Amino acid sequence: MKFPGIEGHWVVLVVVVPLLCSFLCFVLGRFLRRVPFYLALGASGFASVASLAVFLSVIRHGPIRYFLGGWLPPWGIEYRVDGLNAFMLLLVSGVSLLVTIYSKDNVPAEIKGEVTSFYTVYILLVTGLLGIVVTGDVFNLYVFLEISSLAAYTLIAAAEGRALLASFNYVIMGTVAACFYLLGVGYLYIMTGSLNMADLARLLPSLYHNPVVAIALAFFVVGLAIKVALFPLHTWLPDAYAYAPSTTSVIIASLMGKVGLYVLIRLLFSLFDPRYLLQDLPVLPMLSWLGAMAIIMGSLFALSQLDFKRMLAYSSVAQIGYVVLGVGMANSIALTGALLHVINHAVMKGGLFMAAGAIIQTTGKRQITDFHYLHRRMPFTMAALLLGALSMVGIPPTCGFFSKWYLILGAVKKGNLLFVGVILISSLLNALYFFRVLEYVFFKPLSEGSIKRREAPTTMLVPTLVMGGAVLLLGLGNQWVVSIVLKRALEVISWR
Amino acid sequence: MEVISSWRPLGAVLVSIGAFFLILATGEKRPNLREAWSVGAAIVKFLLVFSLRYPVLEGKIVECRLFPIAPGADLLLRVDSFGLLFGLVASFLWIFTTFYSIGYMRGLAAANQTRYFACFALALSATIGVAFSGNLITFYIFYEILTISTYPLVIHKETEEALRAGRKYLTYTLTAGVFLLFSIALTQYLAGTTGFKAGGFLDGVASPKVLTLLFVTFMIGCGTKAAIMPLHSWLPTAMIAPTPVSALLHAVAVVKAGVFGCVRILGYVFGPELLRQLGLIVPLGLVTSATIIVASVFALSADNLKRRLAFSTISQLSYIILGVALFTPDSFKGGLLHIPFHAFMKITLFFCAGAIYVTTHKENVSELDGIGKAMPLTLGAFAIGAFGMVGVPPICGYLSKWYLCVGTVEAHKPLFLGVYLSSALLNAAYFLPIVYNGFFKGEGGPVKEASPFMVISLLITAAGAFVLGIFPDFLLKVSRIASYAMTEVLGG
Repeated sequence: MKFPGIEGHWVVLVVVVPLLCSFLCFVLGRFLRRVPFYLALGASGFASVASLAVFLSVIRHGPIRYFLGGWLPPWGIEYRVDGLNAFMLLLVSGVSLLVTIYSKDNVPAEIKGEVTSFYTVYILLVTGLLGIVVTGDVFNLYVFLEISSLAAYTLIAAAEGRALLASFNYVIMGTVAACFYLLGVGYLYIMTGSLNMADLARLLPSLYHNPVVAIALAFFVVGLAIKVALFPLHTWLPDAYAYAPSTTSVIIASLMGKVGLYVLIRLLFSLFDPRYLLQDLPVLPMLSWLGAMAIIMGSLFALSQLDFKRMLAYSSVAQIGYVVLGVGMANSIALTGALLHVINHAVMKGGLFMAAGAIIQTTGKRQITDFHYLHRRMPFTMAALLLGALSMVGIPPTCGFFSKWYLILGAVKKGNLLFVGVILISSLLNALYFFRVLEYVFFKPLSEGSIKRREAPTTMLVPTLVMGGAVLLLGLGNQWVVSIVLKRALEVISWR
Repeated sequence: MEVISSWRPLGAVLVSIGAFFLILATGEKRPNLREAWSVGAAIVKFLLVFSLRYPVLEGKIVECRLFPIAPGADLLLRVDSFGLLFGLVASFLWIFTTFYSIGYMRGLAAANQTRYFACFALALSATIGVAFSGNLITFYIFYEILTISTYPLVIHKETEEALRAGRKYLTYTLTAGVFLLFSIALTQYLAGTTGFKAGGFLDGVASPKVLTLLFVTFMIGCGTKAAIMPLHSWLPTAMIAPTPVSALLHAVAVVKAGVFGCVRILGYVFGPELLRQLGLIVPLGLVTSATIIVASVFALSADNLKRRLAFSTISQLSYIILGVALFTPDSFKGGLLHIPFHAFMKITLFFCAGAIYVTTHKENVSELDGIGKAMPLTLGAFAIGAFGMVGVPPICGYLSKWYLCVGTVEAHKPLFLGVYLSSALLNAAYFLPIVYNGFFKGEGGPVKEASPFMVISLLITAAGAFVLGIFPDFLLKVSRIASYAMTEVLGG
């Protein structure tokens, strides 16, 4: 076979370089205290550049296939980037770059003990997420899934205290999920003798009559439902998001779930046929109902939270429901909404968790009812929080509105008024709990004492503001996102 | 119809967004500079809107197509005669409200004035955006921005009562927004477009049942801001806001944006023909008639002056919708004319209520005996507004009411004529005692008017109400513009 030129190697470098950085961090961090942060910055910065290169190449020239070590599938591992994972790659690396900047002042403040091990694992987490996205091999995907999950357990536990229990909960649930996924892979391997996604897509249709395929699919879906915290399998999520260190919260809240959703979409739409998923084993209708339930239940749970980060966590349960609902409805406009919401939610929830972290670091406040007049103390952070909150409620022209708009149009097209109702009612529920926060932050003065202006450190403020600005830009530019960024992705998942 | 493209509609929207940021950046430390931004933006905005009058009166449509914002829809500003009418009124009155606000907020030494002026500027951007929207998506975007930007103004006092009122306001308006969003989605699905078209574009796209459902959800969506009963109760509660807010937003911009939306839905989405076929005109007429009468009765029993004005607003807003919904040439024109006319009269009344409050801290009707002796100019202006509301010539209210009444006769609907006439009597019953008691009863102290900022503003708006009654085409050419809009929708 022809070995690709240097530009062809970006696909593998995007994973390899962060992986090496992680090891380097562990070794060098022992001697040089400042190195871990810069290695993390370098790793995510490099990944961003490489992702951009890959993304542009995919947009211009179509899918990239890369065979590790020159071994062809089904023996070797294939990295395959098409429209669907190209934009995910860009999202993951871009957001992780911002989170890394955010971590500079946050990690030393919140992590007791040395930061070297934190950053080592942090870079591993990013590596795992990037690996999941680029790989075209279901077993390799399992390996990266485990790398990222194990890293996430560790990063959550880094906060100590209640985070330990939260992390343990997550370990149990996450391990069950990983087992399910692995069992699914095993069954498919027994049936087809291949682990390569493209191969599987070719081989599976002739095996649809075989119940083993159905069982494999069921394992996949349930395993991933746990990983993405789809209601009612979401129980690990609220504590994990709420008690993790702020940096960890931001990255797992904005990226982990999204990557899980990507895997779900990839497996359903690249491996299987629509007829199979709609009729033989009606996974998609089931997912849409679960998504609808998640939207309502997540919002209701969020309503009763007083801890800001916990509230955001339950709101994530609801937002994951939006994406799953869009995937389940499976018409082109709903799928556009689902993919758009993956991007939008990563940005708005990332921004909100960043703001939450900044509040905790500068004021030590976690309870919404202690947020009196925070806009006087940290006006810029609160401006970002305002934009994020409005976007969660779905007020145009913030980006949250437009993904909901696609989902509503998709539900109308599907002819399911109940789903339309669910999406609309949930924005009212979102309004209920987000405006409660805004009321405290902007309109409830402290009864005594004056408030001095004291913003979060610049390294935390800037990424937060970037996220807040992106909420507006992604909203106003949503048609460019759809026509440029998502066009190729939609070609991949709109069925032949 | 000739379409010309121009940046001016966009400029008119953006100028107060610019002011929003400048006001925030200037802050509490330099109040004079901060207010200069407001005044400057108000004047520039008005001039930009005013300049659009010429092409529109020549029968052209001014368009500013920006970029795609949603599947199958652009962010589109499109100024037709009806949009211009609303834009002119809102931007013209903003100038005086700004001056009045300066007097009012400084007179009360209110806190958070930066936020107040900033949100006011943003609300005006949204209002002009609503007026100039070329399709339902653009309309919805500005409509929601209007909701959000007025929320901080409603709860300006930050007391528990104000926050409760704010929650009620948001509950009503956001729920209405959800209904509106649903309707727009259904429209997009059924018709494949959301662009406003004089005479409507929904004919034949779906079964009558579906269209009726769509009409109801649309009316809930826009009717909440227009305070059609039983969706009105946010408005009296929102009177906790500072008086200039009640004056411009709760008599002109926000509620009229709701009315504007209703008229757009009636005349530019459904259209007269379709509504007649569906048999929806009479039901809507009955609901609005009930609103007119019941709100007037409520106004009779309200002792708080602003609350009384709020109920009067509720009743007057339904005048407009009823007039438009009858779709005869005179009723339609009367309905449209009532938008500027009611705006001038009601803003005067609110300005007077605010001036009295700032000077004497009295806000109940029962406390106002003899107030005319202490504040003759203010109560004089109030009297002009009140007589106008009753329909006494030559103050402008009589003119729109005349058209509205003639319209009911043209439509052969004597019941609605009765509604308009009995409401005029009720108006007299709840407004005139205030004027009478103020001038002729009780002990008046020494003459002590509010600050000149406020008095001059309210005198100008009162004079405006007077002049418009005699020369309806004075300066703003509202009558000609309304005739144009009528011809467009009713087709000559």
